[in-house]
Amino acid sequence: MVESVRELIKAHADVRKEVYLDIENSAPVPEEVVNEMLPYFNKKAYGNPTLTHKLGWEAYETIILSAKKVGEHIGVESPEEINFTPGETEANNLAILGTCMSRRNNGRKVVISEIEPLSIINVCKMLENYGFKVEKVQVDKEGFIKIEKLKEKVDKNTVLASFSLVNNEIGTVQPIKEVFETVKDINSNTIFHIDLSDSYGRISFDVKKIPVELATLSSYKILGPRGVGALYVKEGLKIERILEGQIGTQKLWPGIENTPAIVGFAKASELAFENFEDNVNNMRKLRDRLIEGILNNIEETILNGPRENRSPDNVNISFLKCEGESLTIELSLKGVYVSSGSACTRRVLQPSHVLTAIGRKYEEAHGSILMKVTRYHSMEDIEYVLKVLPEAVNRLRTIYGSMGG
Amino acid sequence: MSRSPLPYNPKILELFRNPKNLGRMDDATVSAVAGNPSCGDMITFYLKIDEEKEVIVKASFESYGCAANIATSSILTEMVTGKSLEEAWQTSWKTVAKEVGGLPNVKFHCGILAVGALRRAIRQYYRIKGKKPEWLPEEQTFEEKQALEEEELAEMLSKRVSLPESEE
Repeated sequence: MVESVRELIKAHADVRKEVYLDIENSAPVPEEVVNEMLPYFNKKAYGNPTLTHKLGWEAYETIILSAKKVGEHIGVESPEEINFTPGETEANNLAILGTCMSRRNNGRKVVISEIEPLSIINVCKMLENYGFKVEKVQVDKEGFIKIEKLKEKVDKNTVLASFSLVNNEIGTVQPIKEVFETVKDINSNTIFHIDLSDSYGRISFDVKKIPVELATLSSYKILGPRGVGALYVKEGLKIERILEGQIGTQKLWPGIENTPAIVGFAKASELAFENFEDNVNNMRKLRDRLIEGILNNIEETILNGPRENRSPDNVNISFLKCEGESLTIELSLKGVYVSSGSACTRRVLQPSHVLTAIGRKYEEAHGSILMKVTRYHSMEDIEYVLKVLPEAVNRLRTIYGSMGG
Repeated sequence: MSRSPLPYNPKILELFRNPKNLGRMDDATVSAVAGNPSCGDMITFYLKIDEEKEVIVKASFESYGCAANIATSSILTEMVTGKSLEEAWQTSWKTVAKEVGGLPNVKFHCGILAVGALRRAIRQYYRIKGKKPEWLPEEQTFEEKQALEEEELAEMLSKRVSLPESEE
């Protein structure tokens, strides 16, 4: 297998220009972030932060300062409220399982939406095996939560409600204040978890303005390193650990703290929020050019997700008569890296659950391509994508040929 | 709903880039489809048959699907050209997979679908002719059954998904 991948990469050959837009699935870490991290591997603060020696104390200080830096962007004052985890998948699992385990005597119901990421949907599926009822609120054709449906789902047994501020696939920005208030009006004891993985660094959120109890943050989605994420847990809220072992500075996540990754996460946060308005406006400009360039120049294309209230980085478009996995490969050969919601990139026959939830037919979902822009992309990058995309789509449509009339 | 690594063989990439015998055949003796757009996988197979000798003189395809789908369809057209219908019928999906240098597990169904389309075309030919050679089994073969199952499953799943929408 490994040999065959090496041959495959060789056969792929180098491309003249590369534009990486697959930020959803992994992202390059900027040089500045890497440089910030490097000394923490072997020059300083490489001790265990709970031990009583200089390198441990250095690590302790580093982690607390990093927690402060990460939390302040969402209005968190105490670094104690930021719990570093190995990623947003772990943070989401901790939020859901940790809350349900600690509150199982208060009720056995969890409310989410049908377009939550798999780190929410799948852990909820697991909860169903342990006697919990999971209610999925429907969304409209653009992915907005239907408030009247939400009202029907929340009741006195609802221990937890969990929603993303921004949907990871189609960029829908939820009317989160309304969602939060709807839940709390019906049951003020329901714990509210918000997944900020796709909004942090792009859409402002403040836990002082919308006092959620739990919030997930992702590092790699703001171009920090992988292997780290965080869960904000409001002071006073008790949730259970889902792993056990040696407890250090992170009370909810045992094991030795990953200091270099935590430092990188803090640095990436700092960069994302430095010139925040400019960054976001620039991303929005690139996003709009990409969306319009595709919809206006390539026939039989559909934008997935809303035009208004859309995350500034998200472009998700279905190309009819063009299968998504093929398109990711064809684009790769031209140096453009994207992902697809096609079933072919997955193990099962079903395409993305988000696209089917907003009413896309299977054949529409199979031809979907997800792209995300960052502050490091230029208009030149976008123009390059717009130049090669029609060629790629046309070639695949030639292979599709005359099928289906 | 998980992703799987797809370390395609370079041969698949080559056939994906430069597929052979691509396109609709206007003078085809017979054609057949396997899969459908909701599977995310669909192949049309066209055969030009020398009816006297019962030999495939030309084969071509159109495809909607992943790189493995395109590559297996392409190689199958090459493998059956010049073969008698009986020889062509004997081609199994495993031989096809071997010819493209091996398929990742999750892509076996692409080879199966390609063979399914070919066998449907051959069956169709004899149905039109109103005869049945001895070597042609009554029962659907594994590849044909799998193609049918995939079509039915996708149909069923896509109906189930679109239900709440149509209620409104």
